[in-house]
Amino acid sequence: MNKMTNKTWKSRALQGTAALALAAGTHAAWAVNDLIGGPARNQVDLHPSVTRIGAEVQGLHQFMLVICLVIFIAVFGVMFYSIIKHRKSVGHKSANFHESVAVEIAWTIVPFAIVVVMGLMATKTVVAMKDTSNADLTIKTTGYQWKWGYDYLKGEGEGIGFLSSLDVAQRNMSDAGKPAGDDYLLKVDNPLVVPVNKKIRIITTANDVIHSWMVPAFAVKQDAIPGFVRDTWFRAEKTGDFYGQCVELCGKEHAYMPIHVKVLSAEDYTKWVEAKKKEMAAKADDPSKVWTLEALAERGAKVYAANCAVCHRPDGKGAGPIKPLDGAAVVLDADKTKQIGVLLNGQNNGTMPAWKGLSDTEIAAVITYTKNNWSNKTGQIVQPAEVVAARK
Amino acid sequence: MSAVLPQHGSHDHSHDHDHDHGPLKGWRRWVFATNHKDIGTMYLLFSFAMLMIGGILALCIRAELFQPGLQFFNPELFNSFTTMHGLIMVFGAIMPAFAGFANWMIPLQIGASDMAFARMNNFSFWLLIPAAIMLAGSFFMPGGAPAAGWTLYAPLTLQMGPSMDAGIFAMHIMGASSIMGSINIIVTILNMRAPGMTLMKMPLFAWTWLITAYLLIAVMPVLAGAITMTLTDRHFGTSFFSPAGGGDPIMYQHIFWFFGHPEVYIMILPAFGIVSAIVPAFARKRLFGYTSMVYATASIAILSFIVWAHHMYVTGMPVTGQLFFMYATMLIAVPTGVKIFNWIATMWRGSMTFETPMLWAVGFIFVFTIGGFTGLILAMAPIDIQLQDTYYVVAHFHYVLVAGSLYALFAGVYYWGPKWTGVMYSETRGKIHFWGSLIFFNVTFFPMHFLGLAGMPRRYADYPMQFADFNAIATIGAFGFGLMQVYFFLFVVVPMMRGQGAKAPQKPWEGAEGLEWEVPSPAPFHTFENPPKLDVTATRVVG
Repeated sequence: MNKMTNKTWKSRALQGTAALALAAGTHAAWAVNDLIGGPARNQVDLHPSVTRIGAEVQGLHQFMLVICLVIFIAVFGVMFYSIIKHRKSVGHKSANFHESVAVEIAWTIVPFAIVVVMGLMATKTVVAMKDTSNADLTIKTTGYQWKWGYDYLKGEGEGIGFLSSLDVAQRNMSDAGKPAGDDYLLKVDNPLVVPVNKKIRIITTANDVIHSWMVPAFAVKQDAIPGFVRDTWFRAEKTGDFYGQCVELCGKEHAYMPIHVKVLSAEDYTKWVEAKKKEMAAKADDPSKVWTLEALAERGAKVYAANCAVCHRPDGKGAGPIKPLDGAAVVLDADKTKQIGVLLNGQNNGTMPAWKGLSDTEIAAVITYTKNNWSNKTGQIVQPAEVVAARK
Repeated sequence: MSAVLPQHGSHDHSHDHDHDHGPLKGWRRWVFATNHKDIGTMYLLFSFAMLMIGGILALCIRAELFQPGLQFFNPELFNSFTTMHGLIMVFGAIMPAFAGFANWMIPLQIGASDMAFARMNNFSFWLLIPAAIMLAGSFFMPGGAPAAGWTLYAPLTLQMGPSMDAGIFAMHIMGASSIMGSINIIVTILNMRAPGMTLMKMPLFAWTWLITAYLLIAVMPVLAGAITMTLTDRHFGTSFFSPAGGGDPIMYQHIFWFFGHPEVYIMILPAFGIVSAIVPAFARKRLFGYTSMVYATASIAILSFIVWAHHMYVTGMPVTGQLFFMYATMLIAVPTGVKIFNWIATMWRGSMTFETPMLWAVGFIFVFTIGGFTGLILAMAPIDIQLQDTYYVVAHFHYVLVAGSLYALFAGVYYWGPKWTGVMYSETRGKIHFWGSLIFFNVTFFPMHFLGLAGMPRRYADYPMQFADFNAIATIGAFGFGLMQVYFFLFVVVPMMRGQGAKAPQKPWEGAEGLEWEVPSPAPFHTFENPPKLDVTATRVVG
């Protein structure tokens, strides 16, 4: 009887603890698994590295952890020993020493020697990280508010260029407060694709404010600075998908411009380059083409969803400081150059960024769309040629 | 002037102060205050009010991050919260709190009658009020409060609404206040020490503040320069930092961190001074290695000027730059280590008791050192490149700023509070406050190390779901920590200010040394109106 009560009590206590842990960790609410190449669930250490530099950083970190832990235990062992033994309540009388030059010199020299060793350990890696020479493939990475642009400058795939933004569904889930999926906030429309075991040099720059390009599994992080170019490099030793995020505060949508790098084998990479080049050729719009209102507005709806809806909302009503487009004077204005000017140059100190990075057809399409959607029924059409003219 | 100096061992203080020169009555006492104790009190209350505002912002941040997905705030408002939390805590809470301690304690510790420039002292305090209103009020300006992070990096600041200008102006005013306060402290310490109080006999709190004051005078104008250039870039067509006009955004970071890194030590050196007063008092043993403590403080201050770019490894420095700043940064571990060793040697073979001030001081040494170790790890450029701008950095600087500066401030309030108010705090409540804060602090910030190692970026309103559990734990800890500070205010500060509690003796701590314990509790309105005659150690008034 007694035994049973004991058992029940124990299982109750276990249940209670489990419930507490659930409440504390909100475990039950989030069905999520490790993301290979991205964060693992409740990960407590650096990412498994897929580059040599990453492995070196991990080694350094472990070395530092061990040294710090040893010093920590030694120093606080002494302190807590003293706290337990040298207290008044156990009748310890205070000694009367308060100086010792020898001891002072010793505990200046020894830590000095330790930090010199630490510094020397790190030096080799610092130099290796900075060596961006002899790259097999050079890619320019441009930070925009709030997406990444990739241009393949040199090496296999030269000439390829595309934008990479967060999958729109992710942003909507975030707004709704209903996140789902292992790659939540990490899924992009066009990942950066690179070949395995090749030295990839990443040149960073930015269009508006400072961004920072990070992929933890590669131990790569480099600020992207407007008006300046910087570079870094990696050589991925495994194929697969690897994820990172922008890590320099870049405004409102800072949390929504992830990085997805797809590492392919050499053959797969070659296939991808061929396919991508064909796709780009097919997609290239002729800016002198004359469109019908319906076709252009349909194209514009896609451009709007990918670029504008985040701030101006899908219903065109805006939010907070973001102005509505539905019923806006500049959109309804018969002088089409006004709206073209806003898109090309931005407005309000960049609160509305300049969108001159979009193609002439895309700008024409999205303006046509906003002029003929929601309650806006202007019937106006902006042809790509008008954007070309405005750019001059 | 017929003030009678408090005699050592005398408990008759009916003639302690000159009744003709007592405090003014009503609001005039505070608005026209020139008395260092009244101004010190106002500084402390002001900083506590700012701590509460900054704390509420922190809890808003943590509430949003409790679960992935946006629940309460839009990302722009979230960015305003992180920005304003940082600015308010640094410029509104921690710095003025130490200025309050300096005002109260430095004249008492060095046997001076007041601060050197009493009216300037009044001005440096009252400048803070409009500055704080302007800073906190920016939330109600069109476009919301500044949202560019407390570091105010260009060119993001150039995109901000009009509140950015209010923020810049507020920081100009706070900087002016700090510079005036520092001049006052330097002049007071160098000119108004009682005869016999030589520099090398001065309490370490006065020493650390003397060095801090020099740091402040050196770097506050640098900050003023950086934010003024931001202002002219915003409104007057200059292009210091705007790349569109050929400016350099990285130059802003160099200038900012040339201020920003010494600023870190401005917030921690006076904390070292407080802990150096408390540990010997409760170990009943003199501070070990006084001279080396002074030199270590000075070394930290000097080194703080040559390490600024370790905040900028990922901006893309040349390899020699990275190596130089890495080595220089690691050097700081040496004098900081010396301080930790000296405190432990002071405790060694002492006769320790653990009243609340000592608990906070030991808590400080223990938790601050963890922050020191993560600082050493971050000093390694390759590791820093992996961890920069992640939650690891957030954990690191909260370990040194909350568990460092704030713990030392609490230690000081419990240690000197009886001298200020004339009543003892409740030891039980002090212990509840300490243990509650210690536990919740670690629950909040320890998991952030893991988040940072796993690559969660800071200043994110929403995050991948793999980070959910540690964020939830951190949020629970943060609310616990916040509640402990409300408890501290309601059950420790308010009773002491109302005079509820046991009457404090002149020297409530058996092992405490220093001139502040030579005057009655509460310290009379005027003390040391005539220079006291000191004994050979300059810790007691004789004759």
